[in-house]
Amino acid sequence: MSDDHVYMTLAEGHEDDTRWAYGTGFEDPLHGVDTTVPEGVDAGELADVCVALADDALVSAQRLAEWTTRAPELEEEVALANIGLDLLGQARLLYSRAGQVDGTGRGEDAYAYFRDADDFRNVRLAELPNGDFAFSTVRLLVLSSWRLAQFAHLVAHPDPVLSAIAAKGVKELTYHRQYAAEWVVRLGDGTAESHRRTRKALEQVAAYFGELFTAYDVRDEVAAVLCQVTGAAGLPMPVYRPLPGAGRAGDHTEHLAPLLAELQSVARAHPEATW
Amino acid sequence: MVTTALDTRRARHIAEQVPDPELPMLTLADLGVLRDVVLTEDGTVVASLTPTYSGCPAMAEMRADVAARLRDAGYTRVEIRTVLHPPWTSDWITPAGRRKLAEHGIAPPGPAPRGGPVPLVLSPTRHAVTCPRCGSPDTEETSRFAATSCKSLWRCRTCREPFEYVKEI
Ligand SMILES: [Zn+2]
Repeated sequence: MSDDHVYMTLAEGHEDDTRWAYGTGFEDPLHGVDTTVPEGVDAGELADVCVALADDALVSAQRLAEWTTRAPELEEEVALANIGLDLLGQARLLYSRAGQVDGTGRGEDAYAYFRDADDFRNVRLAELPNGDFAFSTVRLLVLSSWRLAQFAHLVAHPDPVLSAIAAKGVKELTYHRQYAAEWVVRLGDGTAESHRRTRKALEQVAAYFGELFTAYDVRDEVAAVLCQVTGAAGLPMPVYRPLPGAGRAGDHTEHLAPLLAELQSVARAHPEATW
Repeated sequence: MVTTALDTRRARHIAEQVPDPELPMLTLADLGVLRDVVLTEDGTVVASLTPTYSGCPAMAEMRADVAARLRDAGYTRVEIRTVLHPPWTSDWITPAGRRKLAEHGIAPPGPAPRGGPVPLVLSPTRHAVTCPRCGSPDTEETSRFAATSCKSLWRCRTCREPFEYVKEI
């Protein structure tokens, strides 16, 4: 019966489980890509850009995965996990690119699993605990809008690999931003309680705006999106009261180390393991 | 070894028939992820694949499947390349692929947005998706994300059945 056999076909005739897409055969995500660094591109700077963007994505993906089994509805859980998976994919491509150009030849695992919190360059907004659903969706709105604006600029980067990763990411991030924006409108324009929580989340997130707007001039684009969404949600634009510190300089909150401890525990316990 | 256009066509045909790990009713050619197959002068088959999404966990499986099928067919030298540019778009799903999706209860995608970043739209303007089971246009989205990155979840208000829809990207 045609309606039923979509997943039957997947399992058919594969006694061993090597066929399954998850959990097998993770290899270099840039396998077979031309890895030459073009003339005129500073390899060190390129690697720094890749690591910073990869760290934002990896840490965000880990936080999003924490919603699994905890989200308000199954659909939201699936959505947040999917967004995390996209970001994890971007992180893998970017780490691999960094390892090719920084002269170390390190693979993605070396960056993800064998660096300590001080070596991570993600913005602190990404590492803050999930809080409630309002905080998580407001943060996702800000981070996805910011990342989308950066990637849209990076499409013009002279490194063809980074440019291609960005062009692909733009499509994915457009969906992430749309998802977050719709939820912020729903919550802001919802009950008195959801409005109150969303408003509070905006203020909490705004304290970390400062470190988002340094590398690329994308402040106006992100502000325009926030203005549009808060307007539709009946929420005030948050007042920006910057906190000192910068994740891009390796100066993190106390929340990053425990996140990494969980993320890295298996790889560090079994450093020779492959999966 | 002298390669002929016929040899190249045979290698290409073999690679094209490999099913997608997550949408097994489609071949990699139907899905538009097999970008190129060439047979070089020294007899190496070079197949180029592109991921649908950055986080697509099936990429490694696709590479392994294509290489295995080609080796089984007698090509001892096989090279799989990943191409990231231009990025995959759902527009590359072939007409045959769209027909097969619909036959399996999955609504095929409409035309993908073009020309760079899409502005954020908050008004509830949704294009109609036709139910792949009963053909009714009276459907609603239940989740923008589904079991795989490339699909969303929908429900038909006429036949009451849920279905998946391949997103435009
Ligand atoms: Zn129907």
